Amino acid sequence: MNQDQPMKGQQIEAGAPLLRVEGLRTEFETRAGAVRAVDGVDLEIRRGEILGLVGESGSGKSVTGLSLLGLVDPPGRVGGRILFEGEDLARAGERRLRHIRGARIAMIFQDPMMTLNPVLSVETQMVEAVLAHARVTREEARRRSRDALARVGIPSPEERLRAYPHQFSGGMRQRVAIAIALLHAPALIIADEPTTALDVTIQAQILFEVQKLCRETGTALLWITHDLAVVSTLADRIAVMYAGRIVETGSVAEVIDTPRHPYTRGLINSVPSRNRRGQPLAQIPGMTPSLLDLPRGCAFRPRCPRAQEDCQEEPGLFGAGHRWRCFHPEPVPAMGPATEVRA
Amino acid sequence: MTATVGATGQGARARAETPMARFAAEFARSRTAMLGLLLMVLVVGSALLAPLIAPQDPYDLAQLDILDGMLAPLAEGGSGATHWLGTDDQGRDMLSGILYGLRTSLLVGVSSTVFGLALGLLVGLSAAYFGGWVDTVIMRIVDIQLSFPAILVALILLALLGKGIDKVIIALTTVQWAYYARTVRGTALVERRKEYIEAATCLALSHGRIVRRHLLPNCLPPLIVVATVQVAHAIALEATLSFLGVGVPVTQPSLGMLIASGYQYMLSGEYWISVFPGIALLVTIVAINLVGDRMRDVLNPRLSR
Amino acid sequence: MSAPILELQGLSKRFASRLDLAERIAKALGARVEEYDVQAVSDVSLAVAEGEVVGLVGESGCGKSTLARMVAGILPPSAGTLRWRGRALAELPAEERRRANLAVQMVFQDPMASLNPRLRIGEIIGEAPRFHGIVGAGEAEDYVAGIMRLVGLDPAYSRRYPHQFSGGQRQRVGIARALAVKPDFLVCDESVAALDVSIQAQIINLFMRLREELRLTYLFISHDLGVVEHISDRTVIMYLGRVVEAAPTPELFAAPNHPYARALLAESPRIDTRKRAFAPIKGEIPSPLAPPPGCTFHPRCPHAMERCRREAPALREIAPGRLSACHLNDVT
Repeated sequence: MNQDQPMKGQQIEAGAPLLRVEGLRTEFETRAGAVRAVDGVDLEIRRGEILGLVGESGSGKSVTGLSLLGLVDPPGRVGGRILFEGEDLARAGERRLRHIRGARIAMIFQDPMMTLNPVLSVETQMVEAVLAHARVTREEARRRSRDALARVGIPSPEERLRAYPHQFSGGMRQRVAIAIALLHAPALIIADEPTTALDVTIQAQILFEVQKLCRETGTALLWITHDLAVVSTLADRIAVMYAGRIVETGSVAEVIDTPRHPYTRGLINSVPSRNRRGQPLAQIPGMTPSLLDLPRGCAFRPRCPRAQEDCQEEPGLFGAGHRWRCFHPEPVPAMGPATEVRA
Repeated sequence: MTATVGATGQGARARAETPMARFAAEFARSRTAMLGLLLMVLVVGSALLAPLIAPQDPYDLAQLDILDGMLAPLAEGGSGATHWLGTDDQGRDMLSGILYGLRTSLLVGVSSTVFGLALGLLVGLSAAYFGGWVDTVIMRIVDIQLSFPAILVALILLALLGKGIDKVIIALTTVQWAYYARTVRGTALVERRKEYIEAATCLALSHGRIVRRHLLPNCLPPLIVVATVQVAHAIALEATLSFLGVGVPVTQPSLGMLIASGYQYMLSGEYWISVFPGIALLVTIVAINLVGDRMRDVLNPRLSR
Repeated sequence: MSAPILELQGLSKRFASRLDLAERIAKALGARVEEYDVQAVSDVSLAVAEGEVVGLVGESGCGKSTLARMVAGILPPSAGTLRWRGRALAELPAEERRRANLAVQMVFQDPMASLNPRLRIGEIIGEAPRFHGIVGAGEAEDYVAGIMRLVGLDPAYSRRYPHQFSGGQRQRVGIARALAVKPDFLVCDESVAALDVSIQAQIINLFMRLREELRLTYLFISHDLGVVEHISDRTVIMYLGRVVEAAPTPELFAAPNHPYARALLAESPRIDTRKRAFAPIKGEIPSPLAPPPGCTFHPRCPHAMERCRREAPALREIAPGRLSACHLNDVT
């Protein structure tokens, strides 16, 4: 399938990504001590690009999304640089952040009711959202709202505008949340597990709309999920998180077909379709470590089949473009796509 | 093939941490709640120890001297003892009166709550577990009961039953059970749909066992919160009834009774007869509410984290 | 194929609510309360052979969880018969029925909600076998320890509470609880859906190992086609309370017959597909409160004909061992 580049007219300056995150750190105080949920994360997203941020629960992927938007509540501390369109969001004030959140970066959550107010009609909420950041008439705001609903594939938008959130199904509610995110034609959408609660056929519809939107408007997308399959069908690039760090990043083909980090490889191999039917699945032993009690050096070391003495040191990032945080990466021709089966 | 899963992360804590221990640790994180708890322990402790710490036995008429009547706080009585909080018109030491009055108030408040809780638990659990017409009938009775003001129901009952501590307890139990029944039913309906109840059904355990061992223990936490706050309500309600003259007998004054008996002297400057019992009542109720609020915060999963 | 261990004949479940007096008054005054009548499962027939793993796939509202609960004896069917080893469950004498009920156990979706938070792990696992006299009070501890080891839990943790375990370990406890009454048949309702990818593989492997070691039969319910394809011998696909297709797993995944099955297979994302353009089927899953007439899939079906709007297709054998409910199979 050919990979569409962002539409012409969107200027793409090489070396100047839309969002560039350097050394992002987010810490929380808990009763049992300080927890570093995100530990030195670097990310880059270009205009029109879809980046899949993959990780299991507790990997810090959701906190990363919230940190980028300044949505981490006060006991939590965010450090590092978040360069968005040349501006460091980590240093921006609350007012400025609120403006950027409304107009330039939008967020979609797993539960659309996080963004929707149950007691207001969709029209009220959308018109308010438009008027908050744009000087237009109510009539114009209403027109934009209707168009946004139509764009995400909601049938008879004129009529649905007057409905209340509870009158929509789960999939439709998520579409409304996406429509609200689109109102100001944001440069970046951060989506946290937006299709996890949806059924397969409904998920496919949402993925279809999202893919189309990114292609048509040049909106960049950070898609946070635990689902490798969704990301490999949707994204351009993947970043894999483990225990607060990015352990591997690269294009989808690079990361899925030739994973270098043993954790990535373990995750991919444990997907049932990568295994022979009825045979035991390749599994990663043990469980995800508690952030309170991380092993020294590489956090994956206790579960890693390739770990050696030197893994007690903190590994840096190796490689260029396709990068991995491992001293003993998997050899490159380790596996052809879907062929090697480990019993 | 599968090795035994070792304990790392959350499973690694050495001891089995009981839900109770977890609750206690979480509770202790609030300073105000700990202050409330301290006050509550003080109030309850001094009520229990009243016969030992009170300067005189206010129920023993032989110890009262009418000549000591209406003494101001810190004044010295005829027997040479200092009346720290003054005396009332009968010459009763106010401090002793308050300590003993606290006993009566707490007895009435706690026992009516316990009885109301037991009754409400039985009725509410039955309504939730059996459902259908049982549920409808019970909940309609509850609705009717709750639609009358508590004070009105209690007044009517006491008018019919007459005075006495036992009568007040009966009246307050009647007033309260419906709250518990409703709370229990609500919680039990939620819990009953959880998968662990389905699992117990699937394991073919008996109805009695499912209700006792699985449903009941998980319905208790919110109920205990309601009960704590409700003790404060019951005490206040008893004070109101006694103030109105239909509560406890004059021979065993509760805090409400003490306030009532001093009320007529408020304007003539003998403030202490009403004010000190009033403060004692206030401290008791505030302490219970502080503890109850914190318990609610800790036990409510939606508020915690 | 041996005689079925469990057979469902025309099993249906409807949930109905009647308005009580107060609600009727409210309605007369113009409030919007309605009586409802949901046909959650309609007329499902299915035979499961001993030792077989049957995968049950469907989206929300398809009735798969309700069906699971009927099979596990948690919900009584509204109509139809459940046969255990050839005999109708409803007609068995009480003692035998209890034993048949115990022989079918369930593993739930949510590893936290399915464990009583106030009981220790040892009590959770040991309660039912003691209650039913499977073990005496004296041997109970050893018995529980044996079961914990079987599912890969350290028996030293038996005095802990559910909240002290990770999701994967809790699910092992849930499995141990089911195994403690020595069942022949496990109903797994989305039992791996709530787990992380790496933990999910561990639990799936555990299920497959237990199948070998204990000769278990499974009804394995999941929305995840990859998991079902991997673990099950036969796959059944449900849509709005009905079975639309049932076939041996390799055949069904190689060549799905029913248009819904085809859509489901085409649209579930797979790790091997790259930057694909999605071509989803249109429309939403209809509410079971108001299912469409005729074939319930017709409003979304790209091949819908006039007949599909009028007449519900019967589940028919289209090839040996393959069943499908679609009018297209009549047009040759």
